[in-house]
Amino acid sequence: MKKLKIGDLAKIRDKVRKTAVLRQGKARAKITVHMGTCGIAAGARDILSGLLEDIKSKKLNDVIVTTSGCAGLCSREPMATVEITGKPPVKYVDLTTEKMKKILSQHVIKGTIVNEYALAIGSERTH
Amino acid sequence: MDDLSLHVLDIIENAVTAGATNVEVRITDDERQNLFMIEIADNGRGMDKETLKKAIDPFYTTKTVRKVGLGLSMLAQAAKEAGGKFGVQSQPGRGTKIHAHFLHDHIDRKPLGDMAETIAAFIAGNGEKVDLTYHHRKGDQEFFFCTTEIKKVLEEITICHPEVISFIKREIRDGLKSISKRSKI
Repeated sequence: MKKLKIGDLAKIRDKVRKTAVLRQGKARAKITVHMGTCGIAAGARDILSGLLEDIKSKKLNDVIVTTSGCAGLCSREPMATVEITGKPPVKYVDLTTEKMKKILSQHVIKGTIVNEYALAIGSERTH
Repeated sequence: MDDLSLHVLDIIENAVTAGATNVEVRITDDERQNLFMIEIADNGRGMDKETLKKAIDPFYTTKTVRKVGLGLSMLAQAAKEAGGKFGVQSQPGRGTKIHAHFLHDHIDRKPLGDMAETIAAFIAGNGEKVDLTYHHRKGDQEFFFCTTEIKKVLEEITICHPEVISFIKREIRDGLKSISKRSKI
């Protein structure tokens, strides 16, 4: 049976701890990837995976990523909702990993909604 | 769904919707016995007898946002197409167990796909509120992964952090590669 590399994990913990103290209060942005049966079948897992890699490489310590179930619009999956503190949430549809990258750099980092991928602005808020 | 790892992700995401705080995934890959098996158990709210009867009916769901419930029915169909069988046991308040058996050498058995991606995606979205254990047996070798062990080392740092998720993905990939290499069956 394979043993977990505790030393490597402890190093990651210490590295994350150093950056986490820079964070003031709660996260500035939350991205929810819709992970119902329809979303998963349409590629939501790859969207989530690419998004996490992108957040890691850009060292964004104030962005939370989470998942939710089906939002009821199966034909427009994969979908994700971006919520920036103090701004209305934006639902993005028909996503690809490339589109998600653009949403992260334009909307989450620079604050400009990517209108061509957005379905709705100002629906339910969870953040 | 293109592969079985996506079915697994779908079922364990459903477990969270059913209020589970513990999820166990067990995969058995046994060529000698011509068996490929997926077992998933959770401690969610479970189902009563009436709901259980309809659980694999694609036109039944407890959700209100749509009228179809495809998760279990699609996995049941995948097992049936590969000469296998599918079963669900559940009781209200006592969680749910599902098992899907496939003939290992059946031409219509879907590939397993990327379990590291599935487990990592699940933890990224649910790791703070749910503990997950993953057992994977390949022939005579076994890989075991458990989030409680990781949380202990992380202390106050969230298991959902992208750096931790990358670590988990690597651990699982290496673990599965290693049992595949060492298995003598």
